[in-house]
Amino acid sequence: MSLSIEEVRHIAALARLELDEAALTRYCRQLASILDYMARLRQVDVSGVPPAGSALAACPLRPDQPRPGLTVADLLKNAAEVEAGQFKIPPVFEAE
Amino acid sequence: MTPLDLTLSELRAALAGGELSSRQVTRACLDRLARLDPALHAFLYVAGERALAEAEQADRRLREERRAGALLGVPIAVKDVLAVEDMPCTAGSKILEGFLPPFTATAVRRLQEAGAIVIGKTNTDEFAMGSSTENSAYGPTRNPWALDRVPGGSSGGSAAAVAARIVPAGLGSDTGGSVRQPAAFCGLTGLKPTYGRVSRYGLIAYGSSLDCVGTLTRTAEDAALLLAIMAGRDPLDSTSADRPLTLPDLKAAPTSLPLRGLRIGVPDEYFVAGMQAEVEAGVRTAVAALADLGAEVLPVSLPHTEYALPVYYLLAPAEASANLARYDGIRYGPRLAGSSPQEVMARTRGQRFGAEVERRIMLGTYALSRGYYEAYYAQAQKVRTLIRRDFEAAFERVDLIAAPVAPSTAFPLGAHSDDPLSMYLEDIYTLPANLAGVPGLAFPVGFDGQGLPVGMQLMAAPFREDLLLGAAHAYQQVTDWHLRAPALEEANL
Repeated sequence: MSLSIEEVRHIAALARLELDEAALTRYCRQLASILDYMARLRQVDVSGVPPAGSALAACPLRPDQPRPGLTVADLLKNAAEVEAGQFKIPPVFEAE
Repeated sequence: MTPLDLTLSELRAALAGGELSSRQVTRACLDRLARLDPALHAFLYVAGERALAEAEQADRRLREERRAGALLGVPIAVKDVLAVEDMPCTAGSKILEGFLPPFTATAVRRLQEAGAIVIGKTNTDEFAMGSSTENSAYGPTRNPWALDRVPGGSSGGSAAAVAARIVPAGLGSDTGGSVRQPAAFCGLTGLKPTYGRVSRYGLIAYGSSLDCVGTLTRTAEDAALLLAIMAGRDPLDSTSADRPLTLPDLKAAPTSLPLRGLRIGVPDEYFVAGMQAEVEAGVRTAVAALADLGAEVLPVSLPHTEYALPVYYLLAPAEASANLARYDGIRYGPRLAGSSPQEVMARTRGQRFGAEVERRIMLGTYALSRGYYEAYYAQAQKVRTLIRRDFEAAFERVDLIAAPVAPSTAFPLGAHSDDPLSMYLEDIYTLPANLAGVPGLAFPVGFDGQGLPVGMQLMAAPFREDLLLGAAHAYQQVTDWHLRAPALEEANL
């Protein structure tokens, strides 16, 4: 199947991956060849077959009870930038 | 004989009996690691001083306490996708460079509580995505049997470390064959338990509906020992199963027909054109040996086998694209500068993820995107149901399924570097067990003409690891493939 470079650019944007033109071109070719292989799945008759989201029959839940967990300090210690006990990021809104 | 020639079970007995000290054993591991790892590159991190300190403590406890923990003083290696508190954990990726987890994976913690000592973290394809360990951002691992060959992957570091007799056991993870295929390539016993048998807490997520923590050891007996400690419900993983694990008594004196009453199915769909003749011959000879031990061998069919690869390579990347969304440069790992949070994320991810990870994230994003979801993701989930039903039907007729692990023995480094799809095809025999959630065990059954190990795998119904381990153990009582060691001392290291 053919996959356009614009489609690949759109997927990269959805996936939050900043890629240069060479990488986009390479992935365009490779993904097209992989998706070609996947096309054989359409031959399978799946009428009436339910989807399997997991290998498990059921996923038991536990009671939602508060209990001790990791501290704020534990959670911040791997961050690139921290301020006042919080993760620091560039401004989300432009200053007026 | 050095302590490192002993299997895990022999080593724990020697430690408990006072014939060896943990310090001696740990020192021997670290010395061998220092000598061999420059050539193998099995380890990403070595916890030398911490391991020796823990060994001293273990020796004190071995002297003072009559009842030692099951693994007290035994050194092990842990794949770098399992968190160990305050040991760097990279998942083989530059996006986690310098990350120090504040917690320990449940599987590792249970082994530590039984007395095991983690001597280091082992190399892996980035985020466990690969079949050769060449996708590690920190460079490939080499196969101890032939240094120009890959050890398999993604748990290639743990496999190489155990095969090279650096440690008696290593932990890996198996999402599509990442424990079983390296076990086959390195001449080891590799167990992928039933999905949910071992907690995934602290295992860096790749494909959450497929991921399993598994073991790389020399013998089935050692795999059973580790599984018994790691298995069981964990409140920190809602998918962990509360199912009893009853293992056969592997210490019992061998009888002449230990597998009498066991039905082993051989699926035609797993013997396809293009597989290495020596691999097929090795598997068929081993099946005959199992029959000699009393098993009844009969044909069985898994008709949707050919669809396992496309199903897996849609579902696993789709799950990965969601799981890896957390690597945003904000909460952990290095960050690249940007003028907005979006730019920080896209730039950090674009620079710090390797090519295979980017490819799978994009493939998964595509399969989940509007307009393609039904044709790809939903269709794959339905075919997954059919693959699972194949196994359910087969296990009505047989107790075990015998199959090859991979189409060939260990391939040369670089063999698949230009063609991602050809690398994916390496996984055709291991993916179905993950999609169906059934347990699989790989173990050595011979060597090819170039002296490379040949493996085979057995699969069983969910939660029947006892059948896998019992059959492989019986086979290992009458063969010695699992005891062979690579001639590393003579190699050009």
